[in-house]
Amino acid sequence: MLKIENVSVRYGRAVQALHDVSFDVADGEVVAVLGSNGAGKSTLLRAISATLALHRGTVTSGSVTLDGTRLDTLDPAAIVRRRLMQVPEGRQVFGRMTVEENLRVGGLAAEPKRRAAAKARVHELFPVLADRSAQPAGLLSGGEQQMLAIGRALMCDPVVLLLDEPSLGLAPQLIQRIGRIVTEINAGGTAVVLVEQNASMALQVSHRAVVLEVGRLALAGSSAELAASEDVQRLYLGGHADDAHETDAPARPRRILSAWKG
Amino acid sequence: MSTFVQVLLNGTGRGAIYALLALGFVVIYKSTEVINFAHGSLALFGGYIVFALKPTLGWLGAAVCGVLAAAALAVLIERVLLARAKLASQDSLAILTIGVDILILTEITRRLGTASAPFLGDPYQDVRLRFLGATIEGPELFALLTAIVLIGGFFVAFRFSTWGLTMRAQSENKEAAALMGIRSWRVTASAWALGGALAAIAILFIATLPVAGGAGLTAAHTIAFAAFPAAILGGLTSPGGAVVGGLVVGLAESSASQYIDNDFAKVAVYLVMLVVLVARPSGLFGKVEQVRV
Repeated sequence: MLKIENVSVRYGRAVQALHDVSFDVADGEVVAVLGSNGAGKSTLLRAISATLALHRGTVTSGSVTLDGTRLDTLDPAAIVRRRLMQVPEGRQVFGRMTVEENLRVGGLAAEPKRRAAAKARVHELFPVLADRSAQPAGLLSGGEQQMLAIGRALMCDPVVLLLDEPSLGLAPQLIQRIGRIVTEINAGGTAVVLVEQNASMALQVSHRAVVLEVGRLALAGSSAELAASEDVQRLYLGGHADDAHETDAPARPRRILSAWKG
Repeated sequence: MSTFVQVLLNGTGRGAIYALLALGFVVIYKSTEVINFAHGSLALFGGYIVFALKPTLGWLGAAVCGVLAAAALAVLIERVLLARAKLASQDSLAILTIGVDILILTEITRRLGTASAPFLGDPYQDVRLRFLGATIEGPELFALLTAIVLIGGFFVAFRFSTWGLTMRAQSENKEAAALMGIRSWRVTASAWALGGALAAIAILFIATLPVAGGAGLTAAHTIAFAAFPAAILGGLTSPGGAVVGGLVVGLAESSASQYIDNDFAKVAVYLVMLVVLVARPSGLFGKVEQVRV
């Protein structure tokens, strides 16, 4: 369904942020994208949603397709009309607008007859948004703002939802809740691309995962496979990458999982 | 007492005109974050079209054409010049609008030639209204009524319509708005069209007023500059602030003109602006930039 093929991205003239990244997302699947800061995770989502230009970035090679339609030649509005929605990093709710108005903005690109059902689903998933509908979004807590950001994207009844670090800055209990919400959204038939630094949560809720390192696809496989991988455990699940350098033992050759062919 | 009422009426009438100009200026700034120094030229262009078409179409037909032409020119400036300079900073784009302003002003002044100060010959020129011993002149009265209707309509649309929703979303967060499927160029173009139309409507009243600097089209270009302090007073990002700023500028000008000196009236509005900015650097209703440290 969503296919990313050999995508390379550059910011300005000098910064190569992604190199030949390829993977795909099947219907109704949750794919986690893991990686440390600066690995290119958010850049990857921007390349899919065609918002790179807002950050002075461009796709220099490769393609992104959704059900066979090239997305990298479209503008963000045209991609939203194909029901591919992104929840950006840092929530980015419209703080001076009310919760209700934020949801209205989210539903602008949806077919009018679908809006009422989409709103009912959002209120069912996030009852707090119904309670606070007249409140300015900027006054919500961090967790509530994240729910609003996700709810706003769901107003378009997306077939693919891109989530950029939804757990960022949230308390552990809320992180677990966000994980459950991702599972619920996916149960409704929406495919999810989940960019996360919290690998533990991401691997729990996803079917498959990819790991980006300095703009390159380093690992790919099923979530269970990656969760069991020494590399992922050491780097993302509580181990420390620097441990190896602190011992005098010779560096072990890195174990590479089989390249994921999608 | 009647003098004071007269000052209030004059100030409010002029303030309504400045409010129209400042509102257009702020709408453009909110959508693109570009300070449009060509705003006076948009007004001048609209006025020139009215002047040129009035003999054939009559005042009303020419006025409609003038407003539409100014809106079209504004969209043209945005689409052809600003939108193409994708990598330019907002400051560079503001400087670009200065160039546009000089070009339009020079060309229209050349075309007007000896008729450089034509009145637009409005149908309300001889209308006068007496109120508490004071008189409000036709242009100011009609400017006030027009401003009330247009500004009221703007705020209703800005608050409740889909256009207003997309406009507010884009001005708050361009990336999030794009991710919601809002077509940025449509919002931007509509903002410039509205700004151009409001500027042209304002000149229908300015060009008939005997104000400081003379009267007529080219003088109106200079007067339109009073929209800058009006918008800055209000806070540049606040449409409500632009209206209040316009009224403050109008009242400051008429009070200074009545109680101090006609020449002092020209600078009084800028003095008020300086005092306000010293006390509130982001204007009366401007967004205060907060940075987390």
